[in-house]
Amino acid sequence: MSLLSVRDLTVKFAMRDHTVTALDNISFDLAKGERLGIVGESGAGKSITGFSLMNLLSRPGFIDAGKILFRGEDIVKMPQSRMRGIRGNRMAMIFQDPMVTLNPVLTIGQQMVETLMAHRTLSKAEAEQIAIVKLREVYIPSPEERLAQYPHELSGGMRQRIIIAIALLLDPELIIADEPTTALDVTIQADIMELLLELCQSNKVGLILITHDLGVVSQMTERTLVMYAGKIIEAGRTREIINDPQHPYTQGLINALPQQTKPGMRLKQIPGNMPSLTAIPPGCPFSPRCEYVRDHCRTTRPETVQYAHVEVACHEVSRLHQENTEEQPA
Amino acid sequence: MLAYLVKRVFQAIAVMLVISLVGFAIQDNLGDPLRELVGQSVSEEVRQQLRDELGLNDSFFRQYSRFLGNALQGDLGTSYFFKEPALDVILKKLPATLELVLGATLIIVGFSVPLGVYTAIKPNALLSRLIMGVSIVGISIPVFLTAILMIFVFSVELNLLPSYGRGDVVTVFGNWDTNFATLDGWAHILLPSLALASIMLPLFVRLIRAEMMEVLQSEYVKYAKAKGIRPYRIYFVHALKNTLLPVITVGGVQIGTMVAYTILTETVFQWPGMGFMFLEAVNRVDTPLIVAYLIVVGFIFVLTNTVVDLIYGLVNPTVNLARMGA
Repeated sequence: MSLLSVRDLTVKFAMRDHTVTALDNISFDLAKGERLGIVGESGAGKSITGFSLMNLLSRPGFIDAGKILFRGEDIVKMPQSRMRGIRGNRMAMIFQDPMVTLNPVLTIGQQMVETLMAHRTLSKAEAEQIAIVKLREVYIPSPEERLAQYPHELSGGMRQRIIIAIALLLDPELIIADEPTTALDVTIQADIMELLLELCQSNKVGLILITHDLGVVSQMTERTLVMYAGKIIEAGRTREIINDPQHPYTQGLINALPQQTKPGMRLKQIPGNMPSLTAIPPGCPFSPRCEYVRDHCRTTRPETVQYAHVEVACHEVSRLHQENTEEQPA
Repeated sequence: MLAYLVKRVFQAIAVMLVISLVGFAIQDNLGDPLRELVGQSVSEEVRQQLRDELGLNDSFFRQYSRFLGNALQGDLGTSYFFKEPALDVILKKLPATLELVLGATLIIVGFSVPLGVYTAIKPNALLSRLIMGVSIVGISIPVFLTAILMIFVFSVELNLLPSYGRGDVVTVFGNWDTNFATLDGWAHILLPSLALASIMLPLFVRLIRAEMMEVLQSEYVKYAKAKGIRPYRIYFVHALKNTLLPVITVGGVQIGTMVAYTILTETVFQWPGMGFMFLEAVNRVDTPLIVAYLIVVGFIFVLTNTVVDLIYGLVNPTVNLARMGA
């Protein structure tokens, strides 16, 4: 049985007189200890997916339909008190910007101890001992002194390490990391990712890594979901998606990577912008930007099909594949 | 910390200098002291001679420095009416006013936090809408009208509470009369305190509600939820502490303002404090007493603000008082 199983999840936002669909029939699975990447542009629904898994959507967002089975139990139907017992305990989250994630008026020690005491019966001294052990695991120097410090006394990189330590406090089975390095200096981004990977592997923790960076996904994860306008358009093993993408959008993303372009040449980009959630075109949401577009793409929604080694939602995937192989003779 | 304290004390002194200048300018321009001292029968020559002797013909600057020198020694002039040092007259009335402000402050602190937090957590509940509606009414009605309405309801119609005076007071610490020692004293201070709090309380409820709602939207509150922290701890530890930081600053200014608001409340309730005394002094053109009142109230204002700033620095860990002194 998989650790997490999402089935036909639909999330909507209630506007004044209508609703907007932010997530449209999302389904995916995560095995125990597996690392999954969710990639896409801003506004594709990556973060909303992450918060839905924690059942922490803030208004006006709400789960309209679908199931989120965590260890076989449906989170969507779970009472709040039971869900609270899972958050931070079996399932932990790492937020995007460590500068605003920690409470400015509480010490690091208070914020770590309260997390332990919310889920376990232990004394403050015992909780502090566990906190120190976890801080050491994320390579925080002199952890005993950190407990008495306030967040503003620490750098962004240090704070994100502490947040990773808090995520690991109760040995969860799943960590959801929502763009954990976007707000950090480039120089420490790689350190944090490496640390996260190392800890997930050694503790056998499942990871859902939400990012827009395909390079990070290729290094960190075993499987990848590519999201576009609230839908999963391609899913499969990370290696196959990176090496042999099937959906025109995924191909565009990979071709846009600077590594794919010779120095001095212009970077390749996908023309146009992702549609806003209020104006998603009928048919394939990518059709207005797609260079392989046919008439039926604009009118009929593509089904998800198994093609090559991946699942892909594209009408023209077989034609596209033929053309591509003809273009590049072996 | 010490450097910051010294800096704040210097700022306070500068503000007091400005207040004393304003006070002196009023004294210098309000009425003729000679008219108060001597009758109509005294000739103009004698008047000139008296003016010279009293130093009234000296330059403004000399007169002001003399006023300042006396003020520093606790001499703010002599009340024409009471024939007593003005400062002594005020200090005798001070306990009554400060107790009234204290009573109002207790009401404000005691009610604004729970009401503000409740209306922020449950903004759509019927009770929240009711509280917000009543608070608008409270802000809109002037203090003297609220006071008269309360006298009408609680003293005249229901005959529950006394409508004027301080009632039974007990003298403590030498010459401080307190209302808080007897039941009769409590009964007498209740209505005036409520009236004085009637404007500030709704203001604070709304302020705390607005701050709290903003804090509840913050990333760190979302993060606390993601950690599985219990709701009451999120509200009262994570959110409330951050909510109260800006409220403390506003609160300090408002306590000073309330000392001034007592003029209305004390007049309606015949409360023998310095606000009531000030209004009488204005009616009698008792200039030294008016000036002394301005300076004492200014001093209370400056003092509360300085103390509040220091408290803010101690409560907020991101404010480093040691560094701010530099």
